[in-house]
Amino acid sequence: MHMAVEPAETPLTPESWGKLGMWIFLVGDAVGFGVLLAGYGVMRATSADWPSPYDVLGINLTALMTFLLICSSVTMVKALEWLGKGDRVRAIRFLLFTALGGAIFVCLQAYEWSHLIHRGLHINGNPWGASLFGTSFFIVTGFHGLHVTGGVIYLLSMVRWVLNRPDPGDSYNGVEIAGLYWHFVDLVWIMVFTFMYLL
Amino acid sequence: MAGTEHKHPNYMAIFWTLAILTVVEIGVIFLPFGKFTNGVLLCGLALGKAALVAMYFMHLRFEARTLGVVAITPLAIATLLVFVLLPDGFAVAKKSQVKGAAAAAPAKH
Repeated sequence: MHMAVEPAETPLTPESWGKLGMWIFLVGDAVGFGVLLAGYGVMRATSADWPSPYDVLGINLTALMTFLLICSSVTMVKALEWLGKGDRVRAIRFLLFTALGGAIFVCLQAYEWSHLIHRGLHINGNPWGASLFGTSFFIVTGFHGLHVTGGVIYLLSMVRWVLNRPDPGDSYNGVEIAGLYWHFVDLVWIMVFTFMYLL
Repeated sequence: MAGTEHKHPNYMAIFWTLAILTVVEIGVIFLPFGKFTNGVLLCGLALGKAALVAMYFMHLRFEARTLGVVAITPLAIATLLVFVLLPDGFAVAKKSQVKGAAAAAPAKH
């Protein structure tokens, strides 16, 4: 019987199988976030006492967090750009800036959570109306916060990985794949910020 | 394995566009157009910002078209899910309203 031979390169991302792997992971992850946000939207639309999020949560801090993630996406692409030019030192500096942005984001989220918990918002209770508001808020922002935390660890491991490669060009592909994950985290926050804070 | 370099778009232009759109989003919640119109505007702005991140920061614009189709699938699934769940959500809400009204009404005997 004639056996089909697997092609050496993927037609979707010819330069790297790893990149295709990350895209497949991200699409699956996006379905997870999509389902959470769709569920949130339906619960909100059908609830009689859903509070107005921007009145009870406050958006000043989260607007700052949004700006921070957008900045960290720019530092990520800059890291890749410098790596492409063969400047490993600048690339690592921008990778560290990106990780720092993510770490500050997680700290701000922890501050926001502790502030809201202190005001009475819990995973099974909400002083301003429907208790599912608290449930959905902590699950969605918590799931995203875990992604940011994972992303910071991933970026720091990439710094070590870039340092250990003799030629900066050898790490371009790996950093680009890490960047895909980081930008996805930013993209998801754009949706979370709109749907859970502004709408 | 050495990777193939992509074209690098003007990242600072994308950054400023995203920052300005975020400010516009915050401004939209104070507009007096009503919940529905404001909601449509906010969804449009969020999708626009997400598209900018995907196309330029994630380089989707420079990838194969099929990858773009694969990437947009979760959005289609989530949108479909909203319409699948809404009728059930409204039915449950209506049922609990009827139950609440029956409990509030005085007993006949």
